[in-house]
Amino acid sequence: MTTATTPVRTAAKPSAPAVTARKHRPGRRKRLELALLLGPALLLFTGFVLVPIGIAAFYSLFNWKGFGPLDDFVGFKNYADAFGGTVFQSAIVHNLIIAGLSIAVQLPLSIGLALLLNRKLRGRAVLRALVFAPYVLSEAITAVIWALMLQPNGFADRTLRGAGLGGLVHNWLADPGIVLYTMFAVITWKYIGFGIILLLAGLQGVPAELREAAALDGASAWQTTRHVVLPLLGPTIRIWIFLSVIGSLQLFDVVWIMTQGGPANASTTMATYLIDHGFKRYEFGFGSAVAVILFVICFVFALLYQRFALRRDTQGALTRMVG
Amino acid sequence: MFVKRRITVLAALAAVVPLALAACSGGSDTPAQPSGPVTLTWWHNGTTDPIKSIWEKVVADYHQAHGDVTIKAQPLQNEDFSTKVPLALQSAEPPDIYQSWGAGDLASQLTSGKVADITDFTKSWITQTTGKFGENWQVDGKQYGVPFEQHFVGFWYRKDLFQQAGITTPPKTMDELNTAVTQLKAKGIAAISVGGKDRWPDAFYFNYFAVRECSVDVLKKSVKAVKLEDPCWTKAGQDLKNFLATEPFQTGFAGTPAQQGAGSSAGLVANGKAAMELQGDWEPGTMSSLTEDKDLDSKVGWFAFPSVTGGQGDPNAVLGGGDGFACTTRASKACADFLQYLGSEPVQTQLAAQGAGLPVNTVAAKSLKTDTLRQVYDYGTKAPYLQMYFDRAFPTAVGAALNDAVANMFAGQGTPEGIVTAVNQAAAGNK
Repeated sequence: MTTATTPVRTAAKPSAPAVTARKHRPGRRKRLELALLLGPALLLFTGFVLVPIGIAAFYSLFNWKGFGPLDDFVGFKNYADAFGGTVFQSAIVHNLIIAGLSIAVQLPLSIGLALLLNRKLRGRAVLRALVFAPYVLSEAITAVIWALMLQPNGFADRTLRGAGLGGLVHNWLADPGIVLYTMFAVITWKYIGFGIILLLAGLQGVPAELREAAALDGASAWQTTRHVVLPLLGPTIRIWIFLSVIGSLQLFDVVWIMTQGGPANASTTMATYLIDHGFKRYEFGFGSAVAVILFVICFVFALLYQRFALRRDTQGALTRMVG
Repeated sequence: MFVKRRITVLAALAAVVPLALAACSGGSDTPAQPSGPVTLTWWHNGTTDPIKSIWEKVVADYHQAHGDVTIKAQPLQNEDFSTKVPLALQSAEPPDIYQSWGAGDLASQLTSGKVADITDFTKSWITQTTGKFGENWQVDGKQYGVPFEQHFVGFWYRKDLFQQAGITTPPKTMDELNTAVTQLKAKGIAAISVGGKDRWPDAFYFNYFAVRECSVDVLKKSVKAVKLEDPCWTKAGQDLKNFLATEPFQTGFAGTPAQQGAGSSAGLVANGKAAMELQGDWEPGTMSSLTEDKDLDSKVGWFAFPSVTGGQGDPNAVLGGGDGFACTTRASKACADFLQYLGSEPVQTQLAAQGAGLPVNTVAAKSLKTDTLRQVYDYGTKAPYLQMYFDRAFPTAVGAALNDAVANMFAGQGTPEGIVTAVNQAAAGNK
C-alpha cells in the first residue's frame, strides 16, 4: 500500500505550491476571485451610482439652467437658498411627519394584523393575500385610483355619507390642513401589506417551544406575546423601521401624481421640491443641490441607524474582512 | 410610509449624467446642411386623435412630395417635453424638429446653442402664413420656430345651466359675472370650475386681470424687463383676491385636475356639474373625451373675459398662446421647409376641420368645425393685443414662480403683493 500511495503523493506535488500559497499568503487568490466576481458589479456601481453623485455635487455649486456651459460658479449659495427657503423647510418637516407617523401608526397596525394573521383561522390564506394585494400595485396606479376615489363627491365621500358619517367628509386633496394626512393614509394602504408579510416571516422564526414553555409556566396569551414574541421580532421590526424611514424621506410618486405637492405646498416633500425646481423651472444647479441634501440626509440616517440600531442584528451575519 | 426603493434619489442624480457627458460635445457652430436624402426626427405632442392621425397623414404626404426627406415622427406626452427637451438639447443628437411654445421657453433653450436660427429660411413666407403671430417664436428679432396653431382663452359656459339660473346674456363686465355666479349658486349649481391642482388654470385668472388692469405698453415693458413694477400688477392681484372672496369655484377646486377624468374641471362642465370654465379654445375637444354626451357642442357657448372697471388695459385684449415647432441646427433648412408645409393651406384646413385647434393661416379659418370656435377665432384674431400666457412669456423659472404664487392665493394663502414679489424675486435668480 505504501508503494501505491507514493506516486499519488508525487502526482499531488505540482498542486502543492498552490495549496501552501493559499495557506501562507491567503490574500492573493481570494483577491483575484473578488476582483473577478465583484469587478463588473463594482464598475457598474461606480459608473451609475458614485459618479452621478459626484457630478450632482459638482453641478450643485453652479447656477445652471441645464443649457450651455457651466460658467456661473456660486459656491454653496444653492444650499443656502434651499435651507433658507420656507418651502424647502416645510418639505423637510413634511418628510419627518410622514416618517414619524409611519412608526407611530403603521408599525403597531402591522404588528397587530400580523399577530392576527399568524393565528390559525379560517380563510387565513385569503386574508393574507388581500392584505398584501395593494403592495403589488405600482405607486402610480395607487395614486390614480385614490385620486379618483378622494375627489369631491367621489367614492370615499359617498361611502362615508352612506355609512351615516357625512360629518367626516373633507376636501381630502384640496385642504392644505389635511392633504398631508391623506397622503399618509394612501401610503399606509399601499405599504401595510409589505410590513405584515415581513413581520409574518419574522413570526415564523419564533420557536414554538418557547411559547409552549411560556404557556406551561402559566403565562397568559398577552404575556407570551409581550415578553416572548415581540422581543424575538426585534430584528424584523428594526429592519422595518429602517426601510420605512428611508422610504418616507424619499417620498415622491404618490404625492407627485395626487397633488404635485399642493395645494399651497402643503404636501411638498423634498423629492417633489427637487423635481419641481430641477425640471419644471430648469434650475438644474439648484435641483442638484437639493438632490445632494436629500442624499446626505438618507445616507447619514442609514449609517447611524446601522451603527446603533442594526448592529446587534447584523453581528456575525457579515463575512469577515479579507486579509 | 414604507420601502420606496433607494433608487429614487440615485435616479434623480443619475438623470443629470447625460448632461455632463454632452457638455463636452457642446459648440454652437451651425453645421453645414446635409446634402442628399435627409431624415428628420420630429418630436410632437400629438399622442391622441384627431391630431395624431393628422400628423401621420402629414408625414406620409410630405414624403410623397419630397422623396429625399424622411420624417421620423415621435409622439411624446405633452408633460414630457419639459424634461426631455433640455436633456436632448445637451446631447449630441437632439431631435431635428421639436414642439415649442415660443417666447420664454424658447429663449431659455437658445443658450444650448443647438436651436437653429431659421430667419433666412422662413422670411419669404412666414408673415403670409402666420401673420403677426409668428413673432412669438422670435427672440431678439430672429426666427427660431414657427407656430401651426394659436390659442385664445375665454369662458366656456353651458347654455342650459345659464338658462336654469335665469341668465339671459353672457356677462360682459366683472359685475355681471359676479351676479351670474350668485344666480347660479342660488340654484345649487357650481358656478365656475377650475383645475387648481395643475396651477396653470389658476394663473389664467391672474393673467387676465393683469391684461385688463395694465395698459398694453406696461404689459410689453414688464414682460421684456421681466419685472413687475407698475401698480397695476398689484391691482390685478387685488382683483383676483376680491373675486376669490365671492367663492365662485366648485368644492375642492384646489385638488381638482384640469383635464383628466370626469371629475376634472373640464369634465365637470362637460357633464353639466359646473356652469363655466376659463379655458383655451381646446376646451371642446378636451370635454368631448370626458363625457358620453354627443350633443355637447350645441350646449356650450363662449364669452370673452369681462372688462374690469377702472382698468388701464384694453377690454378687448386677449390672453393666449400657441403651438409651434423649433428646429435644431443639423438640418435646419429641411426643417424650415417642413414647417412651411405645416403652415400651408392643406394642413391648416385639416387642423381646423377636424377640431384640432385654431389655424394660424387665415385661409383655413372657414373650415372651423363649430360656430363657437369661429367666434373664438374671430375674437382672438381681431383683438388689438395678444398677451401670451405669462408662464410662457417669462423665462421658465419666473413663469413657474408666478403660477405657484397664484395657486397659493387660490389655496387661501398669499397676498397680491406676494405674487408681484415672487415674480421679481424669481427674475432676480432667488429661489
